[in-house]
Amino acid sequence: MSAGTTTGGDRSRRGRLAERYRRRAPGEPRAVGYLYILPALIVYAVVLLFPFGQSVWLSFLHWDGLTRASYAGFSNYTQLFTDPDLRGAFWHAIVLLIFYSVIPVCIGLLLAAAMSRIRVRGMTFFRAVLFLPQVVAMVVSGVAWRAILAPDGLLNSVLRGIGLGSLARTWLGSYTFALPSVGTIGAWVGMGLCMVLFLAGAQRIPKELYEAARIDGAGAIREFFAVTLPGLRLEISVALTLTMISGLKNFDVVYVTTSGGPGTATTVPAYELYQRAFQTNQVGSAGAIGVALTVLIFLVTLLIGRLVEGKGEGKRA
Amino acid sequence: MTTSRTDRTMTYFVLAVFSVFSLVPLLGVLSSAFGKSGQGAGGGVAWPSDGLHWSNFAKAWTQGHFSTYLGNSAVVAVTVVVVAAVLATMAAYAFGVMRFPGSTALFYLFVLGLTLPAESFVIPLYFDLRALNLTDSLWGMILPQTAQSLAFGVFWMRTYFRNSVGSVIEAARIDGVRSWGILWRVLVPMGRPAITTMLVVTFMWTWNEFLLALVMISDDAHRTVPLGLAFFQGAHSSDNALLSAACVLIALPVVIVYVILQRSFIAGMLSGAVKE
Repeated sequence: MSAGTTTGGDRSRRGRLAERYRRRAPGEPRAVGYLYILPALIVYAVVLLFPFGQSVWLSFLHWDGLTRASYAGFSNYTQLFTDPDLRGAFWHAIVLLIFYSVIPVCIGLLLAAAMSRIRVRGMTFFRAVLFLPQVVAMVVSGVAWRAILAPDGLLNSVLRGIGLGSLARTWLGSYTFALPSVGTIGAWVGMGLCMVLFLAGAQRIPKELYEAARIDGAGAIREFFAVTLPGLRLEISVALTLTMISGLKNFDVVYVTTSGGPGTATTVPAYELYQRAFQTNQVGSAGAIGVALTVLIFLVTLLIGRLVEGKGEGKRA
Repeated sequence: MTTSRTDRTMTYFVLAVFSVFSLVPLLGVLSSAFGKSGQGAGGGVAWPSDGLHWSNFAKAWTQGHFSTYLGNSAVVAVTVVVVAAVLATMAAYAFGVMRFPGSTALFYLFVLGLTLPAESFVIPLYFDLRALNLTDSLWGMILPQTAQSLAFGVFWMRTYFRNSVGSVIEAARIDGVRSWGILWRVLVPMGRPAITTMLVVTFMWTWNEFLLALVMISDDAHRTVPLGLAFFQGAHSSDNALLSAACVLIALPVVIVYVILQRSFIAGMLSGAVKE
């Protein structure tokens, strides 16, 4: 990323390097850079990095938040695999990723495929509308969707209205349907982000590629796999990363719509973390959830970055 | 081009379907907000029968304490946005146009913050701030959100400074402007679009933040709007009209900014994925 700015150069000769620093820097002794960074670094380190370190420390303790803590070794981490509540929460998070990430990406691709064939009028309008769920507070979205999924809510009214009343149910109160219902809310939020990303990407794919594909006799499906999909490689990775991160740390929607219920049907790691740290006094265990979640997010980001590495390089700074 | 009529119709059809899907829940809230108070007891949509009931907003404003919540949210959001913007701009300036040992490592330290969820630091931070008597105060929200906004701001603004024209900096330098002056009198005025994006995105994230508020604030007087809504829902779940009016009050400021500055919003939010 930053490699391109220091072109070539003999790295072994420090004197020349220092000379170049001086020439490239805008007329300041380069040490002044530290002063510019210092205020931000202090706030960032004290309020964010230091507590993160403390989280790691906490995750190795048994602590109820009040009395003296005792060393726990890795037990808080092994608990992630043995405690059925925690296993459930992480399992739900993985299921929700299908809704939060995979489905929005697929919807976005579907649209991008359709869009690649024509020039759409009113793009600005569609983009604004589709992106809107991203902008509204998750808490508000949760309340909005509760009204739709309620027993006498919009969804059930529509179902009854078109004679499918037998399908009507208490969506958020059902052991089977609560998790997919929460997932639908996530898909609704993530959909616009993916679409907007892919629409922008699809417009950048050279039209000649489509012409060429058509001359070669490729149908719509061939064309999609041969031209659109490779052309959107970078956008897909960005979309997957953003939606997966937001899916993994999802808390607001669950808190507002189901509170993890019915039973533990819709608990997620962040919800378990909140419960344990601030309701049931298992602070160490909560710390381990937080660290595990962070590692998971980090891995997802890294892995997706890896997958697209090599191709599509340099398209975006 | 060989764009057939069917292609065209299909595309608009798909676009329309998803646009409706994306609007319906929000329009439902908007319509319920004007509905008759007490309607939609089952939590369903309340329709504005016999006229628009503007009184819901007044009720949410006073009975629901949303005047207090909105005030708190405004103080938190403005402080976070301004402080984070100033500090992030300064740091990004150094990362963008100066060379000094360790700059890359320090920059990635900030970028790391983009992948650190609130869940990763909120528990110890709560105990730290409680020891300092800063929980149940707006500081409990301002401090962590400033730090989070810094991660994004430094990342975002460095890109701007990296791409800003070196010749401009050079010219200012020859005119005898020192680095501080180059930053504030030359680069910041030139970087209005980039800065606008940073401001609106951090504003929205701060305004909408829920988990931090839930952890840090327990008394009614310091609640921000998302937290207020969650408690309001607990107390008034039978009155969907009132609840929806509260939702509208919360969403409106961000939606208005979004409608005006749509491009900045989208650009900023899509940049969140760091490409290494």
